[in-house]
Amino acid sequence: MQAHLRMLDSTPDGLNSGETPLLRTIGLTKRYGDFLANDSIDIDIWPGEIHAVLGENGAGKSTLVKAIYGLVQPSAGEIHWQGRPVVLSGPADARKRGIGMVFQHFSLFDNLTVAENVALGLDGNESFKDMSARLALVSKAYGLPLDPRREVWQLSVGERQRIEIVRALMQDPKFLILDEPTAVLTPQEADQLFIVLERLKAEGRAILYISHKLEEVKRLCDTATILRGGRKVETCNPRRETAASLARMMVGGEIREVKAASGRTTTAPRLVVNDLSLAPGEAHGVRLDHISFELRGGEILGIAGVAGNGQDELFAALSGERLSKQPATVVIEGTPAGHLSITQRRRLGAAFVPEERLGHATAPRMKLSENALLTGHAASGMVHRGFINTAAALKTVDIATETFDVRKAKRDPEAASLSGGNLQKFIVGREILRNPAVLVVSQPTWGVDAGAAAVIRQALLDLAAAGAAVLVTSQDLDELAEIADRIAVMFHGRLSAPLATSEATREKIGLLMGGSSLEPQEAAYAAGA
Amino acid sequence: MQLVLEKRAERSGTIALVSPLIAVGLTIVTMVILFAILGKNPLLALHAYFIAPLTDGYSLQEIAVKATPLVMIAIGLSLCYLANAWNIGAEGQFLIGAVAGSWIAVRTQGTDAGAWVLPAMLVLAAAAGALYALIPAICKVKFGASEILTSLMLVYVADLFLDYLVRGPWRDPHGFNFPTTAEFDPVATVPLLIEGGRLHLGSIIVLLVVAAAAILLGRTIKGFEIRVVGAAPRAARFGGFKADRLIILTFAISGALAGLAGIIEVAGPIGHLQPGISPGYGFTAIIVAFLGRLNPLGILVAGLFLALTFIGGEQAQIAMKIPLDVTKVFQGILLFYVLACDSLILYRFKLVFPNRQVARGAG
Repeated sequence: MQAHLRMLDSTPDGLNSGETPLLRTIGLTKRYGDFLANDSIDIDIWPGEIHAVLGENGAGKSTLVKAIYGLVQPSAGEIHWQGRPVVLSGPADARKRGIGMVFQHFSLFDNLTVAENVALGLDGNESFKDMSARLALVSKAYGLPLDPRREVWQLSVGERQRIEIVRALMQDPKFLILDEPTAVLTPQEADQLFIVLERLKAEGRAILYISHKLEEVKRLCDTATILRGGRKVETCNPRRETAASLARMMVGGEIREVKAASGRTTTAPRLVVNDLSLAPGEAHGVRLDHISFELRGGEILGIAGVAGNGQDELFAALSGERLSKQPATVVIEGTPAGHLSITQRRRLGAAFVPEERLGHATAPRMKLSENALLTGHAASGMVHRGFINTAAALKTVDIATETFDVRKAKRDPEAASLSGGNLQKFIVGREILRNPAVLVVSQPTWGVDAGAAAVIRQALLDLAAAGAAVLVTSQDLDELAEIADRIAVMFHGRLSAPLATSEATREKIGLLMGGSSLEPQEAAYAAGA
Repeated sequence: MQLVLEKRAERSGTIALVSPLIAVGLTIVTMVILFAILGKNPLLALHAYFIAPLTDGYSLQEIAVKATPLVMIAIGLSLCYLANAWNIGAEGQFLIGAVAGSWIAVRTQGTDAGAWVLPAMLVLAAAAGALYALIPAICKVKFGASEILTSLMLVYVADLFLDYLVRGPWRDPHGFNFPTTAEFDPVATVPLLIEGGRLHLGSIIVLLVVAAAAILLGRTIKGFEIRVVGAAPRAARFGGFKADRLIILTFAISGALAGLAGIIEVAGPIGHLQPGISPGYGFTAIIVAFLGRLNPLGILVAGLFLALTFIGGEQAQIAMKIPLDVTKVFQGILLFYVLACDSLILYRFKLVFPNRQVARGAG
């Protein structure tokens, strides 16, 4: 309790030493086998600044922060903390010195309360009662309201992130690392987070902010270090840069612009969902609640929403991984398919790309040709009388490689050996090559580098232009704005009425993502008048 | 300095082949130490185990005869294990197959029945083994019961059932009260390949089974399903493959093969039904399956190797008074090392020096 009061009253130590950075890395290098994840990176982080680390996936951001947080040992180079070289033996050591971290993927136990989760993550032997009191105090002081007695599964993603932040703040860190904190937040929740971060900065703490969202970085950060291919490209003031110039530094060239074909025409409905309700398949799952929409050929419908609001359940219901008792709830190409298996739905012309690349869309330790067979066996020449046509499967790999620029070390490697972006290009390519009438895709560019993301978005636009109906679920609003014709929002298992993309402002989408409806009275008046 | 396991980007093909050899090597080193502790000359013991059986024709045939049930059972088990279905009860399915096939032999005894008897025995034994294996499989699929426990427990049920039959209703009236059936008629006996030798038709059947399994796993969509369901269950569901159905299928195949192995053993080398028809083939086959990397050809080699340890164990007992149980110790140690070495396929060892002097930075 006392330690905490000190934290609130005074600025942390080390602020007055204006000459030395709080943390400095000199030639920090991390090697995994032959692969240089970090190649002699120099970075200075000063007290009272928000320092962005920008880079595409695979640029080395995570490795860098893991080294700074003591999770990996650098292969070469030094880390200086408050002017002195240190070797961090592990995260506990880093925390003891005043380095805190909020991970992108939360490490929380769903069935425990907020206070229990925080207690599990703290070092030291404070009594549970004192800890709970301190938790309430910290969360109040920083405007991060949390009820210590609620169980985690009842909380929204934003609230779960608050637990992680409060847990880090309870250690009174001088330096806080946040890894893609806004990836799971609504725009409004992100705004609230920024207020907290500004406040921490004003207290003299340093913040390392990992992101690839350029606008966010320009708005929030004082300094930005850009990484590309494991090397530092530049340290700059992001406010003086444009989003385009930052992107150029990240990618090392211009990003291919995604262009929609003009004059796309829509045809008959190819995917119709009628009043689909489905009880959750597992504990803490989301119940799908009277979902209806219609998707025509040539059209891309975007589904926005904070993760965990039923998007996974909707994907499973559409793909046939979960069946509905009423056939008419899902209609593919005019055929009621709610009761049909995923293979039968594929034969009707549907194709699916789930969010999880490894383990769901592909079997990680199997070759690409075998992974082509995984979805291709349903409706293509890959299987003849129960026997596998290996040549046909390999040909699919070759064509996907060629068409979608999949980069890999050999002709037919294991799926797990590809980088995220290249594997995703392969997965999307595998489905598009089957010429689907309906494509349902979830988080098409999640954790994918900008170059691959552009290729994938272009492929989706081209597919729609060729007459297919495309349903895209994404948490990236910019992505939906770029490719979708209409956007609907999922919240608590319900789907809002779709808005034309031109009318779907960030504010409107943000409100829907937070569960508010768009002025129902007003809409009713409008309809009545 | 610290020894850590580092994940490999891709499965190492070389290690996949070498790992069983490393395991065998480590097992032999351990055995040498064990022999020394027992006060036996390790070199002589190793010679008795691994060299002596290979030097005369009779022992070579005997190795093939011992390998026949091991390989047959292990092929079935490998399908189960690839599909993530853990059939531990092959011993029981082996016994039930032997009992079911023997039923025809006992009922036709001395009736001058035709050549249909042996084929009928083989078919019935396979069917009975499959049905017996379906009990744990269905319990698993319908009620979520652990197939490891149920299949294992059914081994003892089968064992006692066989015991009851040969001590009771099926006992040979002229057998001086020994718990055994009468010798099977020639039409109910698996024919020998060489007159006066030991090799029998079962060895040919097992080669066909190995070939069929290799084609199933390598070339057919069903084999692909089995592999995906085991390797990545969620991806398999996404591919439209139903894990439950494959549990049923692989258990049925594996039970059928174990049952077939059981009747071939009884109607072949043994010639009648009696307790103790299996020196633990159903359990040793688990080691064979893993030592053979769950690959049909690998299993063939592994089966021959473990058969060698059975024959070698007998020789060592005769020549050096080394207890026969040492063979089981050997097999247990071997399984341990095989599973340990398998981690090298996906991981590699690396020395890490966390406290090394860092070079003074150039910054």
